[in-house]
Amino acid sequence: MSGFSQYAYIAAAILFCVGLKMLSRADTARRGNRLSATAMLIAVVATMLSSGLSYSWIIAGVLIGGGIGIAVARMVKMTAMPEMVALFNGFGGIASLLVGWAEYHKGFSNLDAFGSLTIVAIYLAVLIGGITFTGSLIAYGKLSEKLPGKPYLYNGQQIVNAIIAVAIVSGGIIFCMNPTVGVAYFLFILAVIISLVFGVLVVIPIGGADMPVVIALLNSYSGLAACAAGFALETPNTVLIVAGALVGASGLILTNIMCKAMNRSLANVLFSGFGSGSTAAAGAAVTGEANPVSAEDAFLILESARSVAFVPGYGMAVAQAQHAVVELGNLLEENGCEVRYAIHPVAGRMPGHMNVLLAEANVPYEQLVEMDDINPIISTIDVAVVIGANDVVNPAAREDESSPIYGMPIINVDEARTVFVLKRSMNPGFAGIDNPLFFKENTRMLFGDAKVSVGALIAEFKELA
Amino acid sequence: MDPNLYPLLFFVFALAIFLGIELIAKVPSQLHTPLMSGSNAISGITIVGAILAVVVEGSALTRILGFLAVVFATINVFGGYAVTDRMLGMFKAKGSGGSK
Repeated sequence: MSGFSQYAYIAAAILFCVGLKMLSRADTARRGNRLSATAMLIAVVATMLSSGLSYSWIIAGVLIGGGIGIAVARMVKMTAMPEMVALFNGFGGIASLLVGWAEYHKGFSNLDAFGSLTIVAIYLAVLIGGITFTGSLIAYGKLSEKLPGKPYLYNGQQIVNAIIAVAIVSGGIIFCMNPTVGVAYFLFILAVIISLVFGVLVVIPIGGADMPVVIALLNSYSGLAACAAGFALETPNTVLIVAGALVGASGLILTNIMCKAMNRSLANVLFSGFGSGSTAAAGAAVTGEANPVSAEDAFLILESARSVAFVPGYGMAVAQAQHAVVELGNLLEENGCEVRYAIHPVAGRMPGHMNVLLAEANVPYEQLVEMDDINPIISTIDVAVVIGANDVVNPAAREDESSPIYGMPIINVDEARTVFVLKRSMNPGFAGIDNPLFFKENTRMLFGDAKVSVGALIAEFKELA
Repeated sequence: MDPNLYPLLFFVFALAIFLGIELIAKVPSQLHTPLMSGSNAISGITIVGAILAVVVEGSALTRILGFLAVVFATINVFGGYAVTDRMLGMFKAKGSGGSK
């Protein structure tokens, strides 16, 4: 590789860092993302200058992959964003696996002596890449509801997974000791298959509601797989190592933030089968009378409210109600009411999912309020409107020590003067936990499809005008 | 390759991990989705390794593996950046356009 390429890689690495930094502020985020894309372009062009490449194959690959990528990115609906990210992430993983395989095949057929670091890195790239690929596909299936969202559990599941993990480690040690003997190639193919199977096995026991954590973690893995691929190349590649490590670290940080927002440890998310029904049966049973409210009465309360906070959840995405909600918000604003959208960090199926949906519906980001900013002032809010959210507003997390979600930070909507809960029925939420919020004195249940209910409220407002 | 370079590579790796943590730690939660899809696009950097595998010399299998890696990595890169850009285009400050 030429010296010029190395310097181009340094420039790319710097631009990746600046781009990531700019992604962390709403007003610079878009430019940051474009800067990061520029860095990628620089890295690719610098790599193309290497000698001995088969350009026709590379260009064909780029055209095919680029065409598919852009077409999908243009067509995908914003509500489907979580599964889209999961799918793209999986493709990054399988690419790293293939890079590791190609490197191994190259060295194996030339009977090269692999460096010890190189062969370990090849094994890791294949392993992490494979787990990322099938794990992401399962996450995609669960998020798009092509697969059941419930955790899939069976007896001895953790033992099976532990045995596979031991096999992966011991097989890896044997493989790395003698990577060029004939049986090593067999072990290698076995490792490819096991990593693909393992990716499936580790994600199926995790419930749909925990997918934000899983995507963040798999995102981290895809970065680490790229990083390992960087170490695995004949001439280790610095830009792969740096960019891969950046993604690996950022994914871990996001994973950690998600876990904190649910007050659970990563181990608990990965292994407990949360929401399978067995754990959800715990917690004090909640009984009482819920107070239903008609759209007309709800309108009268909203009409006289001076401050309203909408608290959206995944149900809003399912009902595709975001545009209707924002239309109602705008009508309320015209009516002289202060409107905020309070968003829990793990609302939806992906961190920040609700922000994207509301942004799509033209809510300026100043109106999007985080949990820590709304809670101190929530008692001054006249009406909190809960749309398709459940666990993230469940006061049991604060009050009921026996509840499975006890200790999870929530948006304290029950402290607002009045709470409207838009809900299809009295069924508990995704995690199957009863919600005492529905039986509080200041809570009014507005039953029905969220979009239809909000539409009825909008109609009332329009009648008034 | 020269084993004397190993420590240097790990040095780069360790610093990059710390840098990643520092860069991301203070991101507001409203930007988490674009951040995730943006960093997901960056993980498509494995395209560099994929390109380097598609060499003229060597076996056909290496080339095919490299070619497939290029296809998948490019989907990741193009799709990831395009989708992030589309999302971020929707985030607007008050009064800066939109049908509001």
